[in-house]
Amino acid sequence: MELIKLTIDNRTVEVEKGTTIFIAAKQLDITIPTLCYMNLKDLNIEHKPGGCRICVVEVEGRRNLAPACATECSEGMVVKTHSVRVLNARRTVLELIISDHPFDCLICAKSGNCDLQDMAVKLGVRDIPFKGEKSTYKPDFSPAIIRDMDKCIMCRRCETMCNDFQTVGVLSGIHRGFEAVVAPAFERDLDHSECTYCGQCVAVCPTAALTEIDHTNQLINDLSDSSKTVVVQTAPAVRAALGEEFGMEPGTLVTGKMVAALRQLGFNFVFDTDFAADLTIMEEGTELLDRLSRHLNGDKEVRLPILTSCCPGWVSFFEYHYPDLLDVPSTARSPQQMFGAIAKTYFAEKQKLNRKDMIVVSIMPCVAKKYECTREEFATDGNPDVDYSISTRELAKLIKSANIDFKALPDEDFDKPLGESTGAAVIFGTTGGVIEAATRTAYELHTGEELEKVDFEALRGFEGIRSATVNFKGLDVNIGIAHGLGNARKLLDDVRAGKSEYHAIEIMACPGGCIGGGGQPLHHGDTSILKARAKAIYAEDEGKTLRKSHLNPDIIKLYDEFLGKPGSELAHKLLHTHYFEKKIKHISMD
Amino acid sequence: MAKYKMHMLVCGGTGCHASEGQMLFENLKKEVQDNNLENDVQVIATGCFGFCEKGPIVKVIPDNTFYVSVEPKDAKEIVAEHALKGRAVKRLLYFDPVRKEQIPDSKHMGFYKKQLRIALRNCGMIDPENINEYLAADGYEAMGKVLLEMTPEEAIKEVMDSGLRGRGGGGFPTGLKWQIASKNHADQKYVVCNADEGDPGAFMDRSILEGDPHTVLEAMVINGYAIGATKGLIYIRAEYPLAIHRLKIAIDQAREYGLLGTDILGSGFDFDVEIRYGAGAFVCGEETALIHSMEGERGEPTFKPPFPAQSGYLGKPTNVNNVETYANIPVIITKGAKWFSSIGTEKSKGTKVFALAGKINNVGLIEVPMGITLREVIFEIGGGIQGGKKFKAVQTGGPSGGCLTEKHLDTPIDFDNLLSVGSMMGSGGMIVMDEDDCMVAVAKFYLEFTVEESCGKCSPCRIGNKRLHEQLDIISKGNATEKDLDNLRNLSNVIKDTSLCGLGQTSPNPVLSTMDNFWDEYLAHVNEKRCPSGVCKDLIRYEVIAENCVGCTACARNCPVNCISGERKQLHVIDQALCIKCNACLEKCKFNAIAVI
Repeated sequence: MELIKLTIDNRTVEVEKGTTIFIAAKQLDITIPTLCYMNLKDLNIEHKPGGCRICVVEVEGRRNLAPACATECSEGMVVKTHSVRVLNARRTVLELIISDHPFDCLICAKSGNCDLQDMAVKLGVRDIPFKGEKSTYKPDFSPAIIRDMDKCIMCRRCETMCNDFQTVGVLSGIHRGFEAVVAPAFERDLDHSECTYCGQCVAVCPTAALTEIDHTNQLINDLSDSSKTVVVQTAPAVRAALGEEFGMEPGTLVTGKMVAALRQLGFNFVFDTDFAADLTIMEEGTELLDRLSRHLNGDKEVRLPILTSCCPGWVSFFEYHYPDLLDVPSTARSPQQMFGAIAKTYFAEKQKLNRKDMIVVSIMPCVAKKYECTREEFATDGNPDVDYSISTRELAKLIKSANIDFKALPDEDFDKPLGESTGAAVIFGTTGGVIEAATRTAYELHTGEELEKVDFEALRGFEGIRSATVNFKGLDVNIGIAHGLGNARKLLDDVRAGKSEYHAIEIMACPGGCIGGGGQPLHHGDTSILKARAKAIYAEDEGKTLRKSHLNPDIIKLYDEFLGKPGSELAHKLLHTHYFEKKIKHISMD
Repeated sequence: MAKYKMHMLVCGGTGCHASEGQMLFENLKKEVQDNNLENDVQVIATGCFGFCEKGPIVKVIPDNTFYVSVEPKDAKEIVAEHALKGRAVKRLLYFDPVRKEQIPDSKHMGFYKKQLRIALRNCGMIDPENINEYLAADGYEAMGKVLLEMTPEEAIKEVMDSGLRGRGGGGFPTGLKWQIASKNHADQKYVVCNADEGDPGAFMDRSILEGDPHTVLEAMVINGYAIGATKGLIYIRAEYPLAIHRLKIAIDQAREYGLLGTDILGSGFDFDVEIRYGAGAFVCGEETALIHSMEGERGEPTFKPPFPAQSGYLGKPTNVNNVETYANIPVIITKGAKWFSSIGTEKSKGTKVFALAGKINNVGLIEVPMGITLREVIFEIGGGIQGGKKFKAVQTGGPSGGCLTEKHLDTPIDFDNLLSVGSMMGSGGMIVMDEDDCMVAVAKFYLEFTVEESCGKCSPCRIGNKRLHEQLDIISKGNATEKDLDNLRNLSNVIKDTSLCGLGQTSPNPVLSTMDNFWDEYLAHVNEKRCPSGVCKDLIRYEVIAENCVGCTACARNCPVNCISGERKQLHVIDQALCIKCNACLEKCKFNAIAVI
């Protein structure tokens, strides 16, 4: 390892060869401002296009200013990060960027959470000397994501997530010069592209160029409609991140406060998606065991591995890219949709409610869930099982707008019966959690013995692709885990090629699983936040008395009273689905 | 093989091609045939002679008779008079506007006298579609020498010692570039010829490829051998169809002769060339953008390092050189580095090809030794300013170059001198302006180009150039203040200082150099709301000069918006509210009764 000595702002620092000025400055606690650079360390993604030119610094002996994010340090280099020349250039460049940006901060979706706004404050921009034309584009409203490219600053982070991390390849730069913008090919809208709505573009966008579709107004209307029974379900990853929006430390669990807040907002029933996660395990675990045993018995009809199907971004991805593998994923619906189906049947019957008078809302760490609600197969007579989904960020906004002092709220419990859950359900929120939950149940159902150790450490972690073998009393079950669609693609290509050694694979579209979902509080490039959320999820699991889905008493009751047994005809009707080969939609010419 | 007594060289470059040069060529051939002169007179379509102002050109060898503006119908007379009777066709000879006489042969033309043609040595001399003609002109001799007698290190040293610097604009020492690429080891390396000539009005690379494609192929093989690359790629814009056509013929012929392919000349060295088409984006002349474009990616530059020599095409070490740079290589090898380095200035060796354009008499392509002055180029080779007008400025270096003035005319042209006076060599565009040109309008014109051609990747270039253009527009409309000029200068400097690639790092040059050299003109626009050259439409008006107007009605009849009123033999009046300043009245008036104020 070769070390290099250089001077930054008159201070000497020693770094490894190949280190950029940006990183070297960090070692001296000098944070050089930037709008495009993004370093997702734990995901091995360093996005440094050198495009925004905000991070320029003066390097002695160099003709022009150097972008700190992309310039490697060299021996004896003398760097000034805040000379007058640098400050003037930096501010002028920022003024230029703002000169091509709408001045609608007051009503902007990202106001108060916008990197560009923060930078304007930080650099003290008070005037834009260059008034001129602004680039404008047609806004794009998809079922989950809004693209308002008038606000795009060409940082290209979304492209890196869409292309390099997710390998979805929908977003790329098009046009030239002043008209240059990030868009799907031929400037189509997202609905006419292969977008999976994973929302990772939204998660990294520094401005409001990419945001989720806002459902909060609709929710307020529904809550104020006394003829409607409004039921809410909350996904496991939400409770591990919501607190961040209220200034709490990343990784603070706020389950009880969240329930209290929802109740104060006026929901008639506050339930938990975790209940449906336990239900998912019952169905998916049974399916896994069934397929596994048929496969081991030589049934050629059965294809392994079985893939989890909780993640709607992931489902879209294989519907577009792996239509030949449609029989591979589990037919179990996602917990969100299982919840909706049960709420509008079993629970509605119990409450003597007509499904048309019910509004089922989900709070999700996800933007793809908004799209999932709109899938036609998840509706009865046009009435969707889940009416709509709002993101963690939207929920935080609602709580703030209702003037609820979130931090001071007492902890409250979910309503019954759809609020009861086990620790196995909570860990659905993080990568590896679904398969670990399934393993806990499948092991006991298969062996008939109680697990000595519930925690499967081998399935946990942050590596993009992980694998482990779990011994089911003489039967070695090979398990694969991938988070991020690029990693999923690698496993899928093996399955397609017939080279996959796995019996079961868990796939989540987002980094870290749902805790890193596109609807979560923005991590601003700090992936340690994701790890803190994962830790919180495991802590909640550990704190639960019941940690295996099949032990959830209300699930047992649900089967007894309503569904019969896992995989029953009714269970199939309400809790399972099928997949479609997806093609890019044609644009109608009328 | 016939031993010809006479050769008729017909320019087959794009310019002359467009002026019925092909038909002229065919007519000449037919006339030669009809007169049974096939064994005595050879008619050849060559590459460009450079004197495009007066095309199509026919040059007759051995007496160097130089016919200009020849039409297809002139073929009969040329053959009847010149070939049969040995008498030059006087009316087709070049008339020198300065010396006011006809010049019978090219060697005595002012346009050629001070030129030294190294890169263009075969253009206009040989049939580019016939490899034998290139071989007869010592073609592939340098390649043979390198492959059979020299080590790669020796070849690099020769290029290094020659002092050759990249002709595409950057001026990076070519030998050094080769050395860096040679030292990076990989299972595959690439040699790329940058033929994405994008400067408006520049056509030196096109002319070389059209007139002498083999020289580029030969140089690429030498380059490949020197750095250890077996694959060559030529990135050429698809809007150069003739150059592509001739390149393809040249590649096929070279393969057929075993000069490309495996085990070239029994040396054991393999090398082959492929053509890649560009869509004509200016920024793709920047080497990293060019490489991305070849890879099928968006044509955008990336930060250097890594340089292409480290990680280029498909991530492999790649050496990118411009067409004109390559055209010098075979000569450097055959004549030696010492010979080459004896030409030019201390730090800029050899020659440079320039595309002369604008308000100059001899528009065309010239090759001159480095160190020649702008005055010699403009007034001797270029034949001075059109219509006897006064020289005002010369823009060198393409759209990102600077505008130089009278005081720079005696500056010896080389890479460093041009930079030090606020312009640059660029790829060799040279546009001459006269007293009628407004420098604010000129700066605006160039910015229009860079705004169009910026890739949009970095903020200062994407937005900054747009704002520069808008500010210049405001100035040209008389709506700017002196404070705006300060902002304009600061913005120009910041764009130069912060842009990602050469495009943005130089695009404000036209603004800065015109501000430096023509500050008074800016002030006139800003403070007096006046355009001294009478170009900026919003700042001028057309008026009838009462004492000169005879009431002929010519102006009124020709006004497209009917804004001129007046009876016959009465004074005419222009309605300023309606006038669109199209200049039609001024052009039609025979009595000097219309003035721009």
